[in-house]
Amino acid sequence: MSKPKTNTQEMETDYAILVDDVTMIFNIASENLTSLKEYFIKLIRRELFFKEFLAVDSVSLKVKRGDVYGIVGTNGSGKSTLLKMVAGVLEPSRGSVQIDGIIAPLIELGAGFDAELTARENIYLNGSLLGYSKDFIHAHFDEIVDFAELWDFLDMPLKNYSSGMVARIAFAIATVIVPDILIVDETLSVGDMFFQEKCENRINALINDHHTTVLFVSHSIDQVERLCKNAIWIEKGKMRMQGDAKTVCEAYRNSQ
Amino acid sequence: MSSAADTANTDKKAPPAAPRYDTLASRFKKDWYILSSLVGKDFKRKYRRSVLGVVWSILNPVLQMIVLSVVFSYVFRFQLEGVPFALYLILGQTLFSIMASSSSMGLMSMMEAAPLIKKVRVNKYIFPLSKVLFEFVNFGFSFIAVIAVALYYNFNPAEGWTLVASFNLLSIPLVLIYLAIFCSGLSFLLSALTVFFRDVIHLWSVFVLMWTYATPLFYPLAVLPPEFQPFMKFNPMYQFITYMRDIILYGQVPSLRQNLVCLAMALLTFAIGFLVFRFAQRKFILYV
Repeated sequence: MSKPKTNTQEMETDYAILVDDVTMIFNIASENLTSLKEYFIKLIRRELFFKEFLAVDSVSLKVKRGDVYGIVGTNGSGKSTLLKMVAGVLEPSRGSVQIDGIIAPLIELGAGFDAELTARENIYLNGSLLGYSKDFIHAHFDEIVDFAELWDFLDMPLKNYSSGMVARIAFAIATVIVPDILIVDETLSVGDMFFQEKCENRINALINDHHTTVLFVSHSIDQVERLCKNAIWIEKGKMRMQGDAKTVCEAYRNSQ
Repeated sequence: MSSAADTANTDKKAPPAAPRYDTLASRFKKDWYILSSLVGKDFKRKYRRSVLGVVWSILNPVLQMIVLSVVFSYVFRFQLEGVPFALYLILGQTLFSIMASSSSMGLMSMMEAAPLIKKVRVNKYIFPLSKVLFEFVNFGFSFIAVIAVALYYNFNPAEGWTLVASFNLLSIPLVLIYLAIFCSGLSFLLSALTVFFRDVIHLWSVFVLMWTYATPLFYPLAVLPPEFQPFMKFNPMYQFITYMRDIILYGQVPSLRQNLVCLAMALLTFAIGFLVFRFAQRKFILYV
């Protein structure tokens, strides 16, 4: 099958994630420019927004429904930036990202967790931020707590929890829905060995039983090779290779 | 064969139906739930481990009123003709503190939400709004104190003792709506500016202090030099507070003109704040 430029309507039926020629530019100069005085001095000297940094440079990718898609690359190559754009957290400077379905972003877990509140309160708060309705959280509350194995400490403020336990709750809340698209960014390394296994099983269940589309980032090239069907290799923000996971991983391994 | 097995499998496990947000109404419902969760969080944080809890929201304005009325009516000897100074005070002070607190909390709202907006996709306008909503819920409790003080004086210069039952109280929600629109606008504007210039934090606290003294909260307008008095009509807080005082203190129904002035000031502030916020919001994540 050749690859004609299909129109959007056609694409929407075939693909869960469509990233079209996306570029993300960060202003390096803006990083340390946080006072009015500095701003005006720079403005007068015309040094404003001088240095640009291309975190992601014209990357396109298409992920089919039910596909498990890996992203590989070294540190600082733009993987996380790309993921954040897919998750809708970052808006690309150029290009477009189209998503069809509900996303469960396991990028950074525990959004909005408040250390002063109890685990119970945090489950509702975090759930609301992930877009769950109150009824939905209520209906699946037991399921979340069961998965996190936290029944004994539900009404304890989160600040008294260990980081591993916090991560457990976060993971449990994030994966209680059956998402159409799951974005995984090395979150599998939370909790102890047993919990990690549990997390991997949950993700596998989503892939196998519910045909969830997965976008997967990991430093462990073996994990990508094992789990993914297709993959993209990004280097310094640019796409180096795209295609079958085995081929891409092999090429990536040989480059080092 | 395999698809049949799949459906059987999913039926057995009964996966939770994922929430979908296709319509405008459902998106609004989602945002409303986030908003109320955030306000609930702020309340829990504010009163956690305090014995009196939310009673403080009622007690605080009364205590402040007592302090201020002692200072200003006994020390500075401000007098008002025919109306109790304490009621005059608490009305100005509770309304002003909605604006002062919601703007200085709204100011930090995007900074505070920084770890959040980097993690999940959420409509950013929720954060400044949550601070305004918080202040208004808090005001709901403070208003109990206002009613208590009003009942204590049970006062109406024209009619004597009919104040609380009077019809003009129906205009109270109107002024609160104007004030809510005004505060939301301020909150949008300040939260957006703070993301780019942290100086706003320091500037605003001085500005609010200045505004407090520039508004007749604990002094009557008449003590100002006559040449300054006309300028007071450009002070939105003076307009809102006068509106409220006219209702409760003087038993008047605010005029149409007063309504239009308040509404115009509120809408203008909201429009500016909202436009700045909407223009700047996609860059927030790079600066917070």
